[in-house]
Order: sequence, then structure tokens, then C-alpha cells
Amino acid sequence: MTYDVTEAAPAVSGHATSDARRTGAVRRAPGGSGPRGDAWRKRLEILVFVTPALALIALFVAWPIVTAVRFSVYDWKGFGDLTDFVGLENYAEVLGDEVFRSAVGHNMVIVVGSILLQLPLGVAIALLLNRKMRGQGLLRTIIFVPYVLAEVIAAVIWLQLLQPQYGFIDALTARVGLTPPEQGWLGTPEYALWIVLLVLTWKYLGLAVLLFLAGMQGISEELYEAAQLDGASWWQTQRRITIPLLGPTMRTWAFLSMIGSIQCFDMIWVLTQGGPADATATMSTYLIDEGTKRHNYGIAGAASVILFVVAFAMALAYQVLILRRDVTDDAPAKQHRTKRKAA
Amino acid sequence: MSRKTQALAALCAGLMIAATGCGGSGDSGGDDNTIIWWHNSNNDPGKGYYEQVAKDFEEANPSVDVKVQAFAHEDMLTKLDAAFQSGDPEQVPDVYMERGGGELADHVEAGLTKDLSEDAADEIEMIGGSVAGWQVDDKTYALPFSIGVVGFWYNKDLFAEAGITAAPTTMDEFDDAVAKLKAAKIQPVSVGAKDAWPAAHYYYWTAVRECSEDVLTAAVKSLDFSDPCFAKAGDDVADIVAKEPFNKGFLSTGAQEGPTSASGLLATGKVAMELAGHWEPGVMQGITEDKKGLGDKTGWFSFPTITGGQGDPGAQMGGGDAWAVSEGAPDASVDFVKYLLSTDVQKGFAENGMGLPTNPDAVGSLTDPALADLIKVRDSAPYVQLYFDTAFGQSVGGAMNDAIVNVFAGKGTGADIVTATQEAADKEK
Repeated sequence: MTYDVTEAAPAVSGHATSDARRTGAVRRAPGGSGPRGDAWRKRLEILVFVTPALALIALFVAWPIVTAVRFSVYDWKGFGDLTDFVGLENYAEVLGDEVFRSAVGHNMVIVVGSILLQLPLGVAIALLLNRKMRGQGLLRTIIFVPYVLAEVIAAVIWLQLLQPQYGFIDALTARVGLTPPEQGWLGTPEYALWIVLLVLTWKYLGLAVLLFLAGMQGISEELYEAAQLDGASWWQTQRRITIPLLGPTMRTWAFLSMIGSIQCFDMIWVLTQGGPADATATMSTYLIDEGTKRHNYGIAGAASVILFVVAFAMALAYQVLILRRDVTDDAPAKQHRTKRKAA
Repeated sequence: MSRKTQALAALCAGLMIAATGCGGSGDSGGDDNTIIWWHNSNNDPGKGYYEQVAKDFEEANPSVDVKVQAFAHEDMLTKLDAAFQSGDPEQVPDVYMERGGGELADHVEAGLTKDLSEDAADEIEMIGGSVAGWQVDDKTYALPFSIGVVGFWYNKDLFAEAGITAAPTTMDEFDDAVAKLKAAKIQPVSVGAKDAWPAAHYYYWTAVRECSEDVLTAAVKSLDFSDPCFAKAGDDVADIVAKEPFNKGFLSTGAQEGPTSASGLLATGKVAMELAGHWEPGVMQGITEDKKGLGDKTGWFSFPTITGGQGDPGAQMGGGDAWAVSEGAPDASVDFVKYLLSTDVQKGFAENGMGLPTNPDAVGSLTDPALADLIKVRDSAPYVQLYFDTAFGQSVGGAMNDAIVNVFAGKGTGADIVTATQEAADKEK
């Protein structure tokens, strides 16, 4: 799903450049090759610029998806020909598997939990960092550092900190007089998912703060001045102006967060490998476990198709139900503005 | 003009990326006289030794070229899977490692592995009964070059400190030892349950103790686990877990990586013992800073016997690695594998402490005292049961291992292990 977003950007800019080119070409046309040669040239240009991208997408996105769908209807061990056609049996098995169903549940806990934790925290920190103060740049950097770290590296660091008995966190809990859980924080099935959620929050809070700060920069200073003239307090200003106007940013951020949570893999794989006793299994760890570990590539294929459908459906629903406001209200106005500027 | 050329260049570059991306290099498989050999001894002395072995073979057979590729173990497995998946004989190495059991049976069924029964008849006879793990329908597809057994490695000093005078032989003595260690404020046993297989070894062992050889042999073939000994073995594991002998946080403890892994805890004297295979001294040496592991303090004892168990008390549980030749490999590959099993090569293998040789003439060359003791245990065993996850194949084995970890986590009984295993096995049939 993420490539949808990245895909949209080059497509739009590509369009703009070809528009610009055409106007340039038209101006040159009388002295040049005429409108027919121009059209041909335009087609060639489109072809030249689009082909590499299309080829890469076909090779690394479309083809793997088609292959996964094909695997999902066969019973296949990972070598030899695809001969044992089983229809939708693999799907029935995945959906009937308690581990997979609990994995979907864990994904949803991460989706909802990430938003519930990061949204208020992110807005609060962004509001704080938006005020003029000493060391503002440094604080912003510190908040953002975890996001810059590769997820695997962050996970290894936390794995060390959370080591049962010998890790820093256990030592800390023992020092303040509390008893760490017998199996360690990541080894206790009841806590493991929440610990993973906390680490994910630590990791991705920086992104939320950064986006919210950027959103706050876009709110017109005039509104604050007007509010000040009307005698609004700082709190009132934030509540009535900043937060409502931050809406589109929040909704976009929540979308990114949701997609990331559904795909969540690296952090969990390093911290717990989906354990203990499948307590932190997600759809991604499930399909890796079935595929590369157990060589049930048909099952893994079916699980990956289900993961794709779930992610796609949620993204679509979010676009239609929540993001549409932002898109339909804002987009035409923005286009107008840019066109007028360009003219 | 220049813009057009640039565009063309870009297009060409794009196409080239696409072409090299999917095409791969087609001629890595080599010709009739080139043997591609993959192994996992990627550290010296093993790495250097195998290079020398390849050179010696080339000298004796001037027309043959041996290309040696050493990988880290996990990397080798991943690459091997990918090579087999490609379905392209050029990508598959000519000589590679097989762990036997269900995994090998799958390879054989897919026509990937060469039948060595006739070409290597002498070697098969020399190795004897241990070759059974690499046989499918009475045909031998790989020659085991190292077979080890799993048992308890312990710290002699910590045992002495707790007042344990003799290594335990029965489950009651084992419980006693655990109690004494706990009383001396020493954590008795470490287990890397995060990686599943170290925990699963407990179940394999209790099953070897509870089930007779006939039942085990039949189960490997029929994938029928209805004999009550399998559920009983699971309950035995639950009993062991209930006595809390394991290190704190064992569910999130890894097997072998770093000082807080199960092997690390034993190597650094934090726990008194660990259930592990013949690789353990080597792993511990790699973890400790002085590269000595537990050194002279290293002791070993076999998994304790269980009262009322049907298994032969001398039986062992373990596994090993074998050289296999892929279908379509040059004929010289078979000669090379036979050479790898020769007394000369196996002697060097033993001297370098790379494993437990299967060539009886090489057994005396083991210099490592721990391994020399271990091989006596192996060779006096009436039979060595192959690790269940290997014997039953990854699909059944994976389901079984996860169910065993659940028992370690206090979720499930022996019957649950049998149910999960049988469900996965029924899908195979």
C-alpha cells in the first residue's frame, strides 16, 4: 500500500513536467517539426520516462503478488513443480488457524494502540516544541532520533535492555523495589505484546511529532493574532485553532501509522519472533513462520494474500470514510492556486 | 538531440537493471569437470582444512575442478532453499549438506538428490546403522560425515559447589540435583526456548525414554502418534517445567547468541547445565572472551532415564550432517563425496575438532577430550534417534516444536503436543 502513496507523487510531477514541456514545444513548433511530430515526440517521451518505472513495478511488485496468489492455491513444499492444486483449502486452513486469528487480533491491537498512544503524546509534545524556547532544535532532534534508527537496530537495543534478569530494565525495576516478572518482560505472554507496543511507540513517536510540527507551521499566524486580540488564553488557542486545523495532518499520519502497524514485522521478529507461545505473532510473522521455516509455501501464500486484502480494505475504507474530506475539500482549491501561480 | 540520447541511455539502463535483476548469471553451475561444493565450516581451522581437502582431490584427479563455497550455517540453508526453489539445476550445488529425515525425503520426492546406494556401497557399509536417517525406501541418498548426540553439558565446579557428587542418571537423581543447585543459589538449567528447538529437544528425549525403538521407527514412517508413550513424554516435559529448573526468562532466551543466551549462561558460569548437542563446547568457546568456554570444568551426562519408560536406556537422541550429491551433478561428485568419507579426510576432520566422524578408523583421532568421550557414548548406543523435527520434516516438526514451547510456557499438556503434531502430519498424508 505504501507504494500507492509514493507512486502518486511521481505520476503527478511527471504530468506537470510533460505539460510544461508541451507548452515549450508549442512555442517552438512553428520553426520545428509540426504538430504531428510533436505528438509522436510526446508519446516517446512518456514511454521513455514511464517504462523503467513500470518495468520495476511489474518485476518487483506485480509479479511477486501474482506469484503469491498462484502459490496460495497449491500445496507446495518449496521445490519441484506446482502440481498439487488444492483450490481454496489453504485459505480455509489459514482462516481456521487459531494462531493466525490471534495474529490478526494482535495486528489490530497494534493499529489501535499505536494511534491511541501516539496521537495524544505526539500532539502534546508537538505543542510543547512549537513554543519558542531555548534548546528547541536539540529537543526536536532528540525526539526524532529513534525514528531515524533502523527498526532492526532499535529492536536489538531494546532486546538487550529487556534481557531477563541481566538487562537494564530488569535491574532498574529491581532497584526501585519492584519485582520484574519471573519470565522477563518479553517472556511473559501477558505482557509481551504491550512491551512491543511501547517500544513501537518509542520508535515512531518522533515521526508523529515531526509531522504535527510541520502541520503547525502551516497554520496562519493571523489566526493566532486574532485570537490574542480577542483575549483567548494559550489553552483556548490550541484547543480551538491549532488542533482543529491540524486535522488533515493527523488523519494522514494515522493512515501511515495504520498501514505500518498492519505490516509490523522487524521489531517483533527481533524482540520475540512472535513468541512466547504466539503471544506477539502478527500476520507477517505468521507467514514467515509457515513459509521459510516450515516450508508450507501454499499456506504462507494464502496468508500473504489475506494480509494484502486486509491492508487494502482498511486503506480503502480509511480513504473513503475519513480522508475523503481532506481530499475533496482541499485538493481543487490547491490545484487552482498552483495553476494560477504557474500562469 | 542530446536530450533524446540521454533518454535513450536512461531507457537502456532501466532495461539492463531489469535484465540482470531477473536473469541472474546463468553459467554458475559449471561443466562436467567442475564440482560446486557448499559447506558450513566458515571458520578456521575447518575452512582452511576443507580448502586443502579440495586441493588434494584436484591433484589426484587433474581433470576435475572443485569450487569450494563456505557459508555461515543459516546462510547456507537459506541459499540452498532458494537454489532448490529456482528449479534451475545450474543454481544447485553439486555436493551439499543434508540433515536427513523428512527434509531429505521431500528432496528425494522432488527428484533433487542422487541415489548413492550402489556407487557408495562400501562407504555405506562402513558407516553402518547410522546411515538409516539418510535412507528413503531403503535407498541411501547421502553419506553422514558427522553424527552427534544431545545430552546435558554441565559445569563440574558448580555441581561440586552444590554438593552433587555424581552426575544424575535417573529422573529422580536429576530432580535431586536441581534441588541441591537451587539450595546453593545456583540456577540449575538454561534453555533457549525462544528458538524453540532447544526446548523441543527435551520432548524428543523424553519420547526416546518413553517409547520403544519399534514405536519410534514406525512413527517416523507412518506419522502416526497414537501410541500413548508420545503423550506421556509430553507430560514428562510438563513435569520437568513444573519443577522450575530453568533460568529466569527462559521463554525469551535465545539458544546460542551472546552471553545471555542459553549457551552463554552455561559458558559464563551463570547456570550449572544445559541440554545441547556435540557443538556445545565449540559454541561456548566462541562466546567467552578467552575462547576457552568452560575449559576443564566441562562435564557431560546423558539424559536421565525415566521409570517405566519403554525406551532402551542406552539409546541416544541426536543427529548429524551428511554429504549429498544433487541430481545432474558431474559423476566426479560421487567420487568426491566418497573421498570426503575416506579415513584420511575423516581423520583430519576429527583432529580439527570439526565434529564426530562416522568413519570408525577416524574415531581415535579426536583430540578434544569432551568429543572423544561423547563418541564412545554414541558408538555404544543401540540406536541414535534422529531429532524429531528433522525426521518428520519441517512442516510437522515446526508444529510439534511450537506445541512443545507452549508446554514450556505453561499452556498445554502432552496430549496437546500429540494433537498439534498429528494435525500437521495428517496434512502431509
